[in-house]
Formats: sequence, structure tokens, C-alpha cells
Amino acid sequence: MQIIKDREIVEDNWLHLDDEAQLVAGNITVSLARWQEQHETLEHHEGGLGLRLSGDDPLEEIVPDLARFSLIVLLFPVFTDGRCYSYAKLLRERYGFKGEIRAQGDVLQDQLFYMSQCGINSFELANPNRLTNALSAFDDFSESYQATVLRPEPLYRRR
Amino acid sequence: MYQYDKYDQMMVDQRVAQFRDQTRRYLAGELTEDQFRPLRLANGLYIQIHAPMLRIAVPYGLMSSKQVRKVADIARRYDKGFVHFTTRTNFQLNWPKLEDVPDILAELATVQMHAIQTSGNDIRNTTTDQFAGINAEEIEDPRPWAEIIRQWSTFHPEFAYLPRKFKIAIIGSENDRAATKLHDIGLHLVKNHDGEIGFEVLVGGGLGRTPIIGEQIRPFLEKEDLLSYLEAILRVYNRLGRRDNKFKARIKITVREHGINHIRELVEAEWVQIRDQLRLDQKEIDRVKAFFTEPDYDSNAAADTSFEAKLEEDKAFARWLKQNTFEHKVPGYKAVYVSLKKHGQAPGDITSEQLEIVADLADKFSFGEIRSTHTQNLVLADVKQADLYELWQQLQAEGLATPNINTLTDIICCPGLDYCGLANATSIPLSKQIAERFDDLDHLYDLGDIKIKFSGCMNGCAHQSVGHIGILGVDKKGEEWYQFTLGGSSEADASIGERLGKAIPKEDVVDTVSHLIDAYVDLRREDESFLATVRRVGVDPFKERVYADN
Repeated sequence: MQIIKDREIVEDNWLHLDDEAQLVAGNITVSLARWQEQHETLEHHEGGLGLRLSGDDPLEEIVPDLARFSLIVLLFPVFTDGRCYSYAKLLRERYGFKGEIRAQGDVLQDQLFYMSQCGINSFELANPNRLTNALSAFDDFSESYQATVLRPEPLYRRR
Repeated sequence: MYQYDKYDQMMVDQRVAQFRDQTRRYLAGELTEDQFRPLRLANGLYIQIHAPMLRIAVPYGLMSSKQVRKVADIARRYDKGFVHFTTRTNFQLNWPKLEDVPDILAELATVQMHAIQTSGNDIRNTTTDQFAGINAEEIEDPRPWAEIIRQWSTFHPEFAYLPRKFKIAIIGSENDRAATKLHDIGLHLVKNHDGEIGFEVLVGGGLGRTPIIGEQIRPFLEKEDLLSYLEAILRVYNRLGRRDNKFKARIKITVREHGINHIRELVEAEWVQIRDQLRLDQKEIDRVKAFFTEPDYDSNAAADTSFEAKLEEDKAFARWLKQNTFEHKVPGYKAVYVSLKKHGQAPGDITSEQLEIVADLADKFSFGEIRSTHTQNLVLADVKQADLYELWQQLQAEGLATPNINTLTDIICCPGLDYCGLANATSIPLSKQIAERFDDLDHLYDLGDIKIKFSGCMNGCAHQSVGHIGILGVDKKGEEWYQFTLGGSSEADASIGERLGKAIPKEDVVDTVSHLIDAYVDLRREDESFLATVRRVGVDPFKERVYADN
């Protein structure tokens, strides 16, 4: 499957593992529940390890483990659920997460600009046929008033 | 007033381009109705009974004459030649075509206007006191702060998909003309014991089906910390606010479910983390304040004697002056209401021709600025007393001088079933009938300050639950019925009205208002106001009068 990562269309090289599915080598993501149950096994996983979070999951509880993950997947069950915008922002700015943050679920072109400003840098679009069109969304606005992850100084300090 | 620089203009222009493309994709079938809905709402566009409705922002109620002329022009070319002002000091076009909306927005952008975040689950237009900057009681002019909030809240990437809509109001004096206690966040400029000016912050007020008065979350906030504190509240709300039930999603419910103390702890803990990063620079505060300096007032304005003479000789002028003007902090000046409550006309409506005349009058008499008010009127804020007579005559010729401000016929009313897709019941025609019933000005003045607020459904756009008399349209098996409340207030003494009794059929609504007024006249002590009378005697004596026949 193709995704958008760092404003380019790329082949996805991650496997999102169901809680019941057997562990396999390579880049995998797991749910928070699985991480909490099997973290000792997962510590020794060969390949990249990613964590899937939804707005219902307690973000602060996984902060001590963040260094173990190279990908955090944030779930948008419907595109109008904005909780994970705050998660992305906090992961980047407060908890210093440097790896990939990916939006998954009801991810549409018209939310990509705001998502990227909050620090999400990869996107599994709900409709993978629209990747090329969606790329233009990152340039919907060339400025933001606010301090964002991509522009850490608010506009008023740059005016 | 604030003028866009290249950044402000660029963002508004880019917004137009973005929405043009979104509209194109919707019409081409590339966006579903569900996908398009939040996008159009974030641009003020509702799909209504007869046509789309476009709500256009008037940030903190301030417009230039140039902007008002553009509005008149747009209303004429793209709509039916009139607009409707709302309680959030915005205005609405009731009949635009969906495919024209991008062009309308592009035209608005040429005069630094937009419809950004006038609907949807985002941060809405920040409102303030229509007498900001000219009010002698004022601690500080709230408008620069409203502009700073406008910029911070515009396209805030983290808060574009909140659990529910979010409204902020700010005032600079104790007299609350902006219903701040009924906002998600209310900000009061206050002075602390050391004489420093900052903000008292309220949170969790709101109307709609569960009206709640906002509670103080912080007694004093340094001005430089305004944005970090707002951001902390919004972040806590964005994470904690309920998303399972839209009727429980406003921050008022979050505060009620978790308690103000817990919310305060969360907000303060969040705030500590971002306070330094988002502290406002004095340079930015000064930059914005420079747009709100005093106009070039005539220091001899009070020396004019013609004004007193006109007052003596023209009773109608004197009556209008007493009712429709407000004391200005500069001697020899008055703020003038342009009444949009002519009896028999839809409250808050104004035609393109009238808008153009108001723009001309603003240029001639009031430094080219026009303000819109929470009560759905307009204000010319800086008129010399020597000009008042001529201004009054011209307003009167246009039907904009009905001397009824703050009287029973200065009714706040939503568009209701005649225009709005959400409404259960008619509101405007009944408001007109009430105004016609109380057409005798001397009677109106004798009744004094009575605020009727009339909403056509539970969404409560006219704030009926804080009306001295609140009227709410409800649907009962396909029929329109009306629930009355008494004793509400949106001002400094804010309170939620108490239910009068069972709902009243449409044909009895105007008579019910008459019964309530008759009861008040019997019950009041000397010059006791309607609200004070209701608070003293309670609802029961009114109830007896209204339901006596049944």
C-alpha cells in the first residue's frame, strides 16, 4: 500500500499487527494493550516497532516507553475527532518524539494541513487513490498565526 | 481599526482558494456530503430550508464604511438585497447559491472580510462590548485583545475539530453587554490590588438546551499570558470534552461533569508547561494596540449649543436621544444606536440601501466606522453632539431611528422556521406581532428595560434562556408551541430564566406577552424594573395571570 510520508508518495513498509496475529519479523505496529501485555517479548523484536494509539488511550502513560518506538500511529476513527491533533503536538513538543507519526483511519485531504502543522508526518489516506491530489493540501496555507510544530515561532515573532 | 498586513491578507486569500477547490470537489462528487459539511461550516455555510445560509464574520463587531458598502453590494448581487445581524455580531445572507459562495468569499477578502469559523466545531468569532474604547467606565479597551485572540484562533491547527463549537467574549468594563458569563470562555479586563490590569477568566458558560452560567477559573491572569492560558483551556477541552453525544459536548458539560476545581487543576498544569513559550511580546501587543488609538476628536465638541436648542424644540428628537444614544467618554460626543428593530420588521434585518446610507452616515459623522451589537442593532460610536440632529433626521428617513433600544420591542430573535433548517417554530412573524402590539412609545418607556429573547428551537440562537422574557419555539406533533421563561439575564447579574408553565399555542403568544406585562404593571413597586419584579415576587404571580383562563 502507498502512503504519504514527508510530502512524498512512498510504499508502506510497516505491518499493523492485530492483537491476535502472531508476531513476525520486520517493521510492525502493535496496539497499546498488546504492548502493555507483551512488552518484554516486544523489547527483543527484530525490526522496527511501532505503537498504535487512539484518543481514548492515556498518552502520558506511554511516555517512558517512547524511545522504544520508531513509529506512533494515531487513529482518527472519524475525521471530526480532533483529539489526536493534541496528541501529535504533545508527542513532538513536550515528549520530544523524533520518529514517524502517522495518521490512520478517516484521513482525508482536507485535514492534512492542520495535521502536518501538529507534527504528523505520514498519512494513510482513507482513499488511497487520491494520494496525488492530496499532496497539494500541505500548501493550502503558507503561514500560520500560531506556534506550530513546523513553525515553532508564532507569526507575531516573525512579523 | 485593525488593518491586514501581507500575512493576514495572504491567509484569507488562501482560504478562499482552498474553499473554492473544496466546493468544486463537492459539486464534482469527490467529497461526500458528510465530508463536505464540516468544511463548509468552517466557512460559515449552512444548508437551509430554502437555500444555503452564509454567516459572515464581523470580528468583535467592528466594520469600516468600505466594508459595509461591500456587504450591501454582495447582498444585492448574490442575495435578496438584505442581511440579518446575529447575536454574535456577525451577519447572515439567507439566500446565496452554493456555487456562488467562493466568489462571495473572494469579494469579501478584497475588503479584509471573511466567513472563517463562523460555524462548526471550532473557535468562533470573539465578541465584545459595542462601546469598547468609548466607555468612560472602561478599565481598558478590549478590542486589541479581541484581535490578538482572532489571530490566535484563526486556523489553529490543533483546535479545528473540537468536540463542539467554542465561543469567547471579552469585555473591558463591569457592565456586561457581551453576555460573557454565557460563553465557553468569558474574559474580563480587571485591575488587581497592585493596580495592574489583567484578565479574570470564566469558563463553562453556555446557552442552548442546558443553559449554564460560567464559573471563574482564574481571578487574575497577566495580559502577556492570555494566549498560553487560552491554549491550555482548549487543549484540556479538546482531549477531555465528550465526543459520544453532541448534546453533552460543550465545555459547560465538561466543567459540570468534572467540576471546576478539577478542570482548573488540569488547565493550570497544562499552562505551566506552555506559558513561557507562548508569552506575548510587548512588541506585538503594541503593534495591535496601535490600530485602536483614539480618532481625532474635536476638543471643542461640547461647546456646541445647537444641540440643546434642538432638544428643547423637538420632542421626538429628545425622545430618540434619550433612548438610542449612549454616553461617550469624550465630552460633546455620543454613541448612537441604529435601531434594526423597527416595529413590523424582522429584528436584525437591514437592506442594502440602508447599509449604504449607514456607511455614508458613518463617513460623515463617525470616523467611517460601524459597530454591530449583541442585541442585533448597529452603533455609530463617535458622533459629535452638533451632528446628532441631522443624523437622527437621516436615520429616521430610513426607518433606522425607532426609539426603542432596551425596550420590550428591542427583541432579540433568531431567523426561525421561516429560514432555518434547525428550527421547530416560527419566531420572526411573532416578534413582529409583539412589536406591533406594543407600538405606543409612551407605554414602552413606562415599561422600561424589558428584554425579550425569542428562539425558534432548542439551539437557542436568540439566547431565550437569559431573556427577561424568554420565548422558545417547540414542536409538538407537527404543531408550533412556545415555552416561556421569566427572569433570565445575560449581564453582570447573569441568571437563567425560570419556566413559566406549560407551552403556549402559537395564537396565544402575543396575548401571553400582554398578560405578563399587565401582571408586571400591577406588581411593580414604583420604578422597579421587570427583572427586579420577577426576582422579588417569583414566577407564580405571572403564571396565575397567564394560565388563569385555563
